[in-house]
Amino acid sequence: MAPLSTLGRVPAPALAIRGLAMARGYRTLFRDLDIDLAPGQVLQLTGPNGTGKSTLLRLIAGFLRPDAGTIRWSPLPDDATPAECLHYSGHHEGLRDGLTAQDNVATLASLLGGDPERCAAALAEVGAASLAELPVEVLSAGQRRRVALARLLAAPRPVWLLDEPFTALDRDGQALVRRLIAAHAAAGGLVIAATHQPLDLPDLRNVTLGGAAP
Amino acid sequence: MTGWTALLLRDLRLARRVGAGAELGLVFFLILVSLLPFAIGADQRFISRIAPAFLWLSALLATLLGLDRLLQADEEEGVVDQFLLSGTPLELLVLAKALAHWLVTGLPLSLAAPLLGLMLAIEPQAMAPLALSLLIGTPALTLIGLIGAALTVSLKRGGLLLSVLVLPLTVPTLIFGATLVKEAALGRPYTTPLMLLGGMTLLMLVIAPVSAAAALRHARQ
Repeated sequence: MAPLSTLGRVPAPALAIRGLAMARGYRTLFRDLDIDLAPGQVLQLTGPNGTGKSTLLRLIAGFLRPDAGTIRWSPLPDDATPAECLHYSGHHEGLRDGLTAQDNVATLASLLGGDPERCAAALAEVGAASLAELPVEVLSAGQRRRVALARLLAAPRPVWLLDEPFTALDRDGQALVRRLIAAHAAAGGLVIAATHQPLDLPDLRNVTLGGAAP
Repeated sequence: MTGWTALLLRDLRLARRVGAGAELGLVFFLILVSLLPFAIGADQRFISRIAPAFLWLSALLATLLGLDRLLQADEEEGVVDQFLLSGTPLELLVLAKALAHWLVTGLPLSLAAPLLGLMLAIEPQAMAPLALSLLIGTPALTLIGLIGAALTVSLKRGGLLLSVLVLPLTVPTLIFGATLVKEAALGRPYTTPLMLLGGMTLLMLVIAPVSAAAALRHARQ
């Protein structure tokens, strides 16, 4: 079976972050942050706990407004907002107890403009085909993670924002995440991942947070 | 299938599977109504006189059930983040959730109300207007509750605060709804309260999704 295309109809835009500053609870996490990222590139965010990796990802996703600076995506088609071009996978998997893995992924795929028909293939791709009919509350943390990853494949979007994508995954699962990231970037997608694990990718970009004065 | 319908169907399926939907609201309604004669005694004419107001109050309280988890469960699991990334405006998505809530609480309440009215010796000519008033009025209650649910979304124990926020806002709906049934029971025309009740629901249909979406966006800043 050929791997699912993860790019979708919108071509990957380039990211330009200029002079970004953000404070949380009277503490400056970062200031004057500049990041440029082109389609096909993978950016790894590193830095000690509490230095703002998750906050930066949520800023880029558009969930938070920065204190200063700009985050620009270009070029974007006229009818697409940045939010519609990206996937955000955070600490919470976005799965609702009481529904099966299949139903969860299908709902998210529909919401995110994907094709619910691709769910079975997406679940198979992340090694969760046998879990499709199980309610997600009986799944282990690692299995839930895999099911959550399936939506990246079920709804193709060019930009992936991944917060600690390796959490709770076994060795196979971690290899799977590396493979998905590499394939997405090779196809021209753009990935930003906050993780302490090595990504083992050629021409990996790295930004280390934690340099800002308090 | 669009994201909007997918969300609506998902919420209906959740209501059925978790078992906190239609049945529970109806049972709660039934219990409240059957408690009234115990509290008042066997004065049937008195019960019949206060029945319209009491049925409306009970419907109001039954609507509150489950409101505190209406948005909170999605917020805690990170699903609201996904709402924000979908192409569908958040305003419409919260409206889909409100509609799902009404379909499993307000709608069955409205349909069962005449039967429960029978238990309270309500005038026969008031039964159809009772169902009508609830059909038109309970969407306003759900929508007001939607605002409260969005405002208390990040509070762990927001249920009580939600009721305190929401109940005062339901006063106009309660007045028009109970008046409608009272007038009908007396055999008088009830067009005016019916229009005002419909007006409240339409007003809330405009205000609630916008307010709830704004509250959800603000909650993540």
